[in-house]
Amino acid sequence: MIGLSALELAEAVRSEQIGVAEAVKAYLERIENIDSQLNAFLTVSRKEALTRAEVVQKKISAGERLSALAGVPIALKDNISTTGVTTTCASKMLAGYVPVYNASVVDKLEQAGMIVIGKLNMDEFAMGGSSETGAFGPVRNPWDMTRVAGGSSGGCAAAVAGREIPIALGSDTGGSIRQPCSFCGVTGIKPTYGSVSRYGLIAYASSLDQIGPLGQDINDCAALLSIISGPDEKDRTCVIDKPFVFSQSVPERLEGIKIGLPSNYFHSGIDAAVKDSVLAAAEELASAGAEVEEFVMPLMDFLIPAYYIIACAEASSNLSRFDGIRYGYRSAEGKTLAEVYRLSRSEGFGLEVKRRIMLGSFVLSSGYYDAYYKKALQAQVLLKDAYNHLFKCFDLILSPVAPTTAYKLGENVDDPLKMYLGDIYTVSVNLAGLPSVALPCGFDGQGLPIGLQFIGDAFAEEKLIQAARVYQGRTDYHTKRPGWT
Amino acid sequence: MKITADEAAKMAALAQIKMNEREAAEYTGELNSIMAYIDRIKVLDTDDIQPTIYVLPLQNVWREDEVQPCLSNEQALANAAETEAGMYLVPRVIE
Repeated sequence: MIGLSALELAEAVRSEQIGVAEAVKAYLERIENIDSQLNAFLTVSRKEALTRAEVVQKKISAGERLSALAGVPIALKDNISTTGVTTTCASKMLAGYVPVYNASVVDKLEQAGMIVIGKLNMDEFAMGGSSETGAFGPVRNPWDMTRVAGGSSGGCAAAVAGREIPIALGSDTGGSIRQPCSFCGVTGIKPTYGSVSRYGLIAYASSLDQIGPLGQDINDCAALLSIISGPDEKDRTCVIDKPFVFSQSVPERLEGIKIGLPSNYFHSGIDAAVKDSVLAAAEELASAGAEVEEFVMPLMDFLIPAYYIIACAEASSNLSRFDGIRYGYRSAEGKTLAEVYRLSRSEGFGLEVKRRIMLGSFVLSSGYYDAYYKKALQAQVLLKDAYNHLFKCFDLILSPVAPTTAYKLGENVDDPLKMYLGDIYTVSVNLAGLPSVALPCGFDGQGLPIGLQFIGDAFAEEKLIQAARVYQGRTDYHTKRPGWT
Repeated sequence: MKITADEAAKMAALAQIKMNEREAAEYTGELNSIMAYIDRIKVLDTDDIQPTIYVLPLQNVWREDEVQPCLSNEQALANAAETEAGMYLVPRVIE
């Protein structure tokens, strides 16, 4: 059963070849056996999962059609709130924090008959690109345990690649779903901003954050996105009017589809193997009938600055709620109220979180607001205009996800700027609120996975998913898993 | 833009983060290397561009002003470090 796609597992459960509890137990056992190596899980909710499995089994046996993924175990990035199950954001600040409400996506998973079996490791408060900044140790890449899994949803990608879970939910603020997918050789979707409720997602940068699926192939991810998308009165930025319904038909070719290839993404600062794999994918898509045309991506120099200004500004504001009073870590040393705030935050937050809070406080501070924060918001408008223009010419844009494959653990932790520059191909998607799917498209000389992304216009998920189905129908990179699994 | 150690200390104070001298020196160096890169944005021509917070069209949504289920007092206090008599407990603020 381990190794079935989520949709295949759901079908086996529906036809009662496999029991829900049997599936849940198989994955729990696998996590128990191998997670000490990957460190992908922060919490395993065995008891809750087995109880839920019984409830869901009864409904399925009674013939209730809950969803396309009913009975399938799932794990969640540890910034998604779960009632009664510890939710830490991989931070000392939230060690032992047990939410008293579910994120809206968790309620939707429950209605869909999915079984949450645990919470996944990440960069602290989703700030990072390697899943090393968390307080509970780094996630290891299943393809090479001496390397990072990517981040910030590194636990999600590693758990799927290591077959610890059929499918997972992560979040993407500047590439946090797509980049770990690329590093671990799995498939993921960063949905259009406003298509999935953020209620109960512990905020990093609210105007950029979006929850999305990581799974074994595009069909699994599309099925999960259908379940979690849709309006929510608890999140007024969730502007979608109804959940996504994706067509069941799988096209074989891409006739009439125009794909833009940003030529300046391939000039410098990109590994030769990544470049070759993504360009080979462009040829594959062309041979499937798509028309591939190069263009020059505008504003490239300004993407990383605009992203880090906006994200850190919002982070400094969002994380001001952690004061040691209502929830979260409280320093035992604070004798006055001011000391409680300052010491709790100083002791509770890790280095990268403090770095981003400081940066955010700086760009918002009087005297610098116009030069940085306002400027970044203006750059964002220019970027959105540029994408609007591009999508008049192209159906989708093909791009690398990350300039490199997975690097060694510890290699970049002391060089924050170098880490930030790794986000060059992903951040514009969040700044413009667009959808993107990340797909495996090759391996480098050391056998490490390489990923590509398709970027589409807002709410053009259907188009991206159909193109991804064609690509995965013609290639087998997405089916590869590390030999030991 | 060069951030001085004093400015870094000011930022830390604004963010309610306590820092010793060694940490302040480290952060000053790192923030300067990051800001040197971020400063690239200054050459971008943004005259006449209206800044925006959300890139998607958001509209005000009205609803009736009705009482909805909410957290109980017990739930709201469940994760607090110190509570007393159904309230959060903090060090004395007024002598």
